[in-house]
Amino acid sequence: MYNNLSIKLFGNVLDNPIIPASGTFGFGYEFAEYYDINILASIALKGTTYEPRYGNILPRIAECQAGMINAIGLQNPGAKCVVGEELVKLSKVFKKTAIANVAGNSIEEYVLTSEIFDKAQSIMAIELNISCPNVKGGGMHFGTDPKIAAEVTKSVKSAVKKPVIVKLSPNVSDITEIARAVEGAGADAISLINTLSAMRIDLKTAKPIIGVGTGGYSGAGIFPIAIKMVAATNKAVKIPIIGMGGITNAYDVIEMMYAGARAVMVGTQNLIDPFACKRIIEDLPRVMKELKIEKIEDIIGRTTLNG
Amino acid sequence: MNNVILTTSLNREISKDTYEIILAGDCADNKPGQFVEIKLNGFTLRRPFCIAHSTDSTMTLVYKVVGAGTKYMSTLTYSDKLDVLTGLGNGFNTMACETSRPLLIGGGTGIASIYNLAIELKERNPIILLGFRSKEDAYYIAEFSRLGEIHIATETGELGFKGNIIEYLKTSKIDYQYYYACGPMGMLRELFKFSKNGEMSLEARMGCGFGACMGCSIKTTSGYKRVCKEGPVFLAREIVFDV
Ligand SMILES: Cc1cc2nc3c(=O)[nH]c(=O)nc-3n(C[C@H](O)[C@H](O)[C@H](O)COP(=O)(O)OP(=O)(O)OC[C@H]3O[C@@H](n4cnc5c(N)ncnc54)[C@H](O)[C@@H]3O)c2cc1C
Ligand SMILES: Cc1cc2nc3c(=O)[nH]c(=O)nc-3n(C[C@H](O)[C@H](O)[C@H](O)COP(=O)(O)O)c2cc1C
Ligand code: FES
Repeated sequence: MYNNLSIKLFGNVLDNPIIPASGTFGFGYEFAEYYDINILASIALKGTTYEPRYGNILPRIAECQAGMINAIGLQNPGAKCVVGEELVKLSKVFKKTAIANVAGNSIEEYVLTSEIFDKAQSIMAIELNISCPNVKGGGMHFGTDPKIAAEVTKSVKSAVKKPVIVKLSPNVSDITEIARAVEGAGADAISLINTLSAMRIDLKTAKPIIGVGTGGYSGAGIFPIAIKMVAATNKAVKIPIIGMGGITNAYDVIEMMYAGARAVMVGTQNLIDPFACKRIIEDLPRVMKELKIEKIEDIIGRTTLNG
Repeated sequence: MNNVILTTSLNREISKDTYEIILAGDCADNKPGQFVEIKLNGFTLRRPFCIAHSTDSTMTLVYKVVGAGTKYMSTLTYSDKLDVLTGLGNGFNTMACETSRPLLIGGGTGIASIYNLAIELKERNPIILLGFRSKEDAYYIAEFSRLGEIHIATETGELGFKGNIIEYLKTSKIDYQYYYACGPMGMLRELFKFSKNGEMSLEARMGCGFGACMGCSIKTTSGYKRVCKEGPVFLAREIVFDV
């Protein structure tokens, strides 16, 4: 049913623009213990690789002034188990379709993993995580070189039928260059931003807090960076943008959509407040009224970046 | 898990840098060994604490000031409100020692976690081993004395046995079949080497505290488990200590 919060994405009408971001919502079904997750537009699942991965040594988390650093290292049970077990559990409590988040160490692994999700009925789209700063030899380097980013996109696109979203890293000198490259390679949408490479040091031991040394910074502190990158990307490409990075409330959602996002993802805030997405969705009508916005779809990209 | 607003009714220093805070509000359904996550003004991540004691309308936590968050907590006073996630994780399995006299082992702030358990197992006259660094770090001795047979060790030797509590367990011929333990990793590791007949509560730096981020996963003999969701209490024999 179409309403003032609805947005269109890949030909689907979504009830609202709010999607929990990958890695901050598990495989979704555990949040059904806390609230009815069917109010969400969709759910981005935990990053998944072809083989199971344990991920990095502990500690994997370090707190920051206005956010956190994580170095989970893509812990996941492998694509076959995600489709065979996790998605089955999710389907019992979530009647909508989810977004698979795919990572890999090689282009071949991206393709194989994406093919597995392509066959799953409860998947709406495949998000390629070419921007994970926490995996050695994989992840981020696919997203920092425009040629490789285009190659991953093209390879997966030619292997799957579902829409492909490419998730970009902010750890580059010009994000619009990568955005144009993946658009040219056939991406159906772009999501951004993933976490920023970062580090904290324990004052008592002078050693890094994170077990593997460094990780990715997320949360409220990255919001202004994300807004700028979304606005710049919106100017550079025509395909839909899913904006994220530091969203904590309904006002942030509006700002992200002004910058050019068609839908938004909420990450770190889910970890601080398990009800974050629910609260944001419930607060959106009030904030829209306050800002005299009638239909949320009308505000996408309202802000134009000069120069 | 419940998300509740609790009100500070008492917050006092009970030993060196160690505070007892009593919070009032909806505190129902918290089992021994479960924990809470507290949102503190000005800090991004919630802070995890074991529940030392709880009733339907109050809960007592014992915390040590170790950093900025706990330092801020020590300034909370009567009527200050806190946003808390309660009833997190899985607690101790009190049925596991049904045929024997329970042995409870606590070290440092881990002692808070076995206090609720001692209350629940009181009828069975538990043996309670408490380890502190020194006399000035000791707390809850009178409280535990009312619940079972207590044995104390301090590293300085000022109270009870001189040395750590696991050395004490090894030398004292305490007769037990099953233990419940919570304390620093060093203590748990030593206990693990000595005996795997029991369960222990672990700590890890947490992103969420309710299973969403995989920030706290440890290796176990049956795959990877989250300290916050499947734990914090694990069967000792299921833990793989070398991750
Ligand atoms: C399940 C569980 C139960 C706990 N129960 C108790 C208890 O009953 N009493 C008590 O005094 N302490 C307990 N702790 C440890 C307590 O959470 C930390 O001492 C506290 O978070 C430190 O916060 P800080 O801001 O003072 O320290 P900082 O070092 O400034 O904290 C920075 C970050 O690191 C995290 N952190 C630091 N030390 C620890 C630690 N040992 N474990 C987990 N996270 C840590 C903090 O939560 C915060 O995110 C428990 C930890 C866990 C995981
Ligand atoms: C604990 C944690 C785990 C994450 N795991 C993934 C992942 O598996 N795949 C991915 O594409 N992004 C992952 N991310 C990045 C988020 O999806 C998001 O891009 C980023 O955190 C910025 O949004 P935020 O500030 O709202 O958290 C993770 C972030 C966090 C905090
Ligand atoms: S702290 Fe997030 S899963 Fe345990």
